[in-house]
Amino acid sequence: MSTSSTIEHAVRVETKRQPLPPRERLEQVFDLQNLTAIYGSKPALKDVSMEVYKNLVTAVIGPSGCGKSTFIRCLNRMNDLVPSFRQTGTIRYHGQDITAKDVDPVAVRRTIGMVFQRPNPFPKSIQDNVAWGLKVLGMKDNLSERVERALTQAALWDEVRDRLKASALSLSGGQQQRLCIARAIAVEPDVVLMDEPASALDPIATQAIEQLLHELKSEYTFVIVTHNMQQAARVADMTAFFSISRGAEGERWGELVEYDATEKIFTAPSDKRTEDYVTGRFG
Amino acid sequence: MSAADVSILRRPNDRLRRRRAVNLAMEVLGWLAAAIGVALLVILVWSVAKRGASELSLDLFTKSQVPYAVSGTSQGLANAFVGSLVIVGIATAIALPFGILIAIYVSEFAPRAVRNGVNFVLDVLNGIPAIVIGVFIYGLIVLGRGQSGFAGSCALAVLMLPLVARSTIEILALVPNSLREAALGLGSPRWRATLGIVVPQAIGGILTGATLAVARVAGETAPLLLTTSIVGPGVHWNPRMALQSVPVAIYELTDSPIPSDHAIAWAGALVLILFILIVSLTARWLATRSRRKLARAAR
Amino acid sequence: MSALDTTDVARRPFTGRRARLGDLLLQGAAAVAALGATVIVGLIAWQLIKGARLSLSTFGLGFVTDVGWDPVHLHFGAATFLYGTAITSFGALLLGTPLALGIALFVSELAPSWLRGPVTALVETLAAVPSVIIGLWGILVLAPIMRDHVEPALHSSLGFVPLFGPPNSVGTGYLTAIVVLTIMIVPIISSISRELFLGVPNELKEGALGLGATRWETVRGVVFPYTRGGVAAAMILGLGRALGEAIAVALVIGAFNNSISGNVFGNGNTLGAWIAIQFLNAASNLEKSSLVYLGLILLVFSLVVNLLAQAIVRRSARKLGTPS
Repeated sequence: MSTSSTIEHAVRVETKRQPLPPRERLEQVFDLQNLTAIYGSKPALKDVSMEVYKNLVTAVIGPSGCGKSTFIRCLNRMNDLVPSFRQTGTIRYHGQDITAKDVDPVAVRRTIGMVFQRPNPFPKSIQDNVAWGLKVLGMKDNLSERVERALTQAALWDEVRDRLKASALSLSGGQQQRLCIARAIAVEPDVVLMDEPASALDPIATQAIEQLLHELKSEYTFVIVTHNMQQAARVADMTAFFSISRGAEGERWGELVEYDATEKIFTAPSDKRTEDYVTGRFG
Repeated sequence: MSAADVSILRRPNDRLRRRRAVNLAMEVLGWLAAAIGVALLVILVWSVAKRGASELSLDLFTKSQVPYAVSGTSQGLANAFVGSLVIVGIATAIALPFGILIAIYVSEFAPRAVRNGVNFVLDVLNGIPAIVIGVFIYGLIVLGRGQSGFAGSCALAVLMLPLVARSTIEILALVPNSLREAALGLGSPRWRATLGIVVPQAIGGILTGATLAVARVAGETAPLLLTTSIVGPGVHWNPRMALQSVPVAIYELTDSPIPSDHAIAWAGALVLILFILIVSLTARWLATRSRRKLARAAR
Repeated sequence: MSALDTTDVARRPFTGRRARLGDLLLQGAAAVAALGATVIVGLIAWQLIKGARLSLSTFGLGFVTDVGWDPVHLHFGAATFLYGTAITSFGALLLGTPLALGIALFVSELAPSWLRGPVTALVETLAAVPSVIIGLWGILVLAPIMRDHVEPALHSSLGFVPLFGPPNSVGTGYLTAIVVLTIMIVPIISSISRELFLGVPNELKEGALGLGATRWETVRGVVFPYTRGGVAAAMILGLGRALGEAIAVALVIGAFNNSISGNVFGNGNTLGAWIAIQFLNAASNLEKSSLVYLGLILLVFSLVVNLLAQAIVRRSARKLGTPS
């Protein structure tokens, strides 16, 4: 099977995806206008404008170096931690501009959570990993129930219920990543950002994570960066394709090329660059 | 979470405000700690510089210190400077080859268990207080024979040994194995490869370690106090008799009730600190140079 | 090449008996040196025991609890000095640890990148200042400040606690010694802790920050637990340094006080300082032997401290699965 037909297969057959409601009935969570991200003097992203919708899984795909990670880290102000980082443009979250100077990144990250590429559980027990965020953020009531609920939602509860006090580092990679997901959703965020969450995992663990996305999107909004097109085809409702643009003096930066329903991106893309990428002609 | 809760971003609730306040308080404490740390050094160096500079004169280097002298006599630290040079020089001559040999053994010849054992011994030796080393050398050499500059050198050598050995071990570990294999592959015997190729390659780092060790012991008072402090007048450099040294001189002058003695102590302290700073900076410069050289060789 | 040529190659002068002798000599000399280091440690212990034997046989272990040092009636006891050593060392640890950790956190988390190097270098330079100079500064600069400002202030505000009794008339005493020792151990604890804090993997910290934790909450929840063992070892090494310090303390701890004073401003003594002060003044063999006995106690302390620090480092490395 060629690349495009495997993807078509994934889009049409493998997903149990409901058809998308019309755009007007979707609630906006993020509204980006002309977002440009710069490290030092090198632009990483230029002029990104798009919306992210509630209770959907939005995938961000594109070749290496196109700024996908930078993009997603803008959404929860994680790039603030890099000293040379600057950004222009606005990111409206439920109408509020979170790039404004008076917005506290700590508050932003409270409602926009993140799961990282490599599982990074704290060197604490399984239970403490999930409970730590709850304690810090003052959600100490019914702590053990909250922990159990989060672990259940992350499809990890049955595997760890007997050893909650064991070290998180004793879990396998896939289990650790599910623990990180549990940790993130325990604090009841609005949005969960995922930066290539399955790229360090084996196929079975990857499948478990993708299953989670299906089950949890009714409660949270997901934005997931992935380098695996089939994965995007399997899990995402909307897909954004970023690509690398080159300047006159050889500078490179990332740009949003096309953003649409996943089905359309993979079966009938509007931009030739998108078509080239999804059919495997480049990237 | 509904969209209405997004207002938390603009109007923090009590809990968020409290957490932010705690964070800010901790940041202030961090800055304060750094300020105090830097201030301590600045105050110390400033005190020494201010009070010592006014006493710096040719006399300091030409006249001798007479302990507990009659006030009014002109004093200097000539005998202390000469004595320190001799004592530290001999100590380095003892400790350097000794320490390098130990490092060669650990790095090139010893099996793993022995290596751990020797490292352990070096760690223990490093942790023994200087005053205890002084008592040790006193019992070993001074008792029955009397004080001598040589005894002082032995005490300082014991202090320098773990420093030189450990830093040399670290440097030898940085020499890429490919160099050793190249030498051995040519048919060269172990000793030639080690002494002719490996050690010269690491010599910069080895000298750095030695220099830092010298800087460390140049200011040591306690072991010298017990082994080479009862000195007669005049400048001497025969290590078989007790020699005055700069740290001991400073100690005695500080202890004395005469203010003019204190002035000379400050001056001596200034010279000592300058010496240590210059030596340390030289060591650091040597270190960066040798690291660059090793990095080039490793490529 | 004929067979003859290859045997010529084999007969090159640097193989053969002379070379093997050279190998033996080098390895032998190096091994002797390594053995020598071990012998030295043994010699130190033996020499101290030998020197203390007279006092050991006269006073036995009761020496450790006896108060008072009387050269006239030939009765000596270590209790005053043990008390002084304990108070000054632990006091320095109490003051110095928060300061050192604050500096380490500053460099690893708070400082702008251009400030990191200078602050680190300056604090490390503090470690290079010889103890005699710190003692000199302590008695001539710090003591008057203690006498005129610090101690009266503490006494008037906290005087209800017996710890803060009447101020010292000269400005010497336990508290001054504690300040001096603090200055000496802060660089040690700070530099080790700094390396540990810088070694915490970024992704671990991002995991906490991503949940919406503040910087301080991340330090408390991730950085401190991760580095717990190493910081404990650093504190113990700092304690060891304070225990063994003789010269700086000798200069600032004041005229000899034959009793144990609860007043932190009072004059006192420590093991190391007393050996430094009295060793050459000791009149009788018994007194000299008793001083060596003090040195023996100090040696035991330093060995225990050293072993403890090593054990902690090994245990914490095993727990985290990181190489020590």
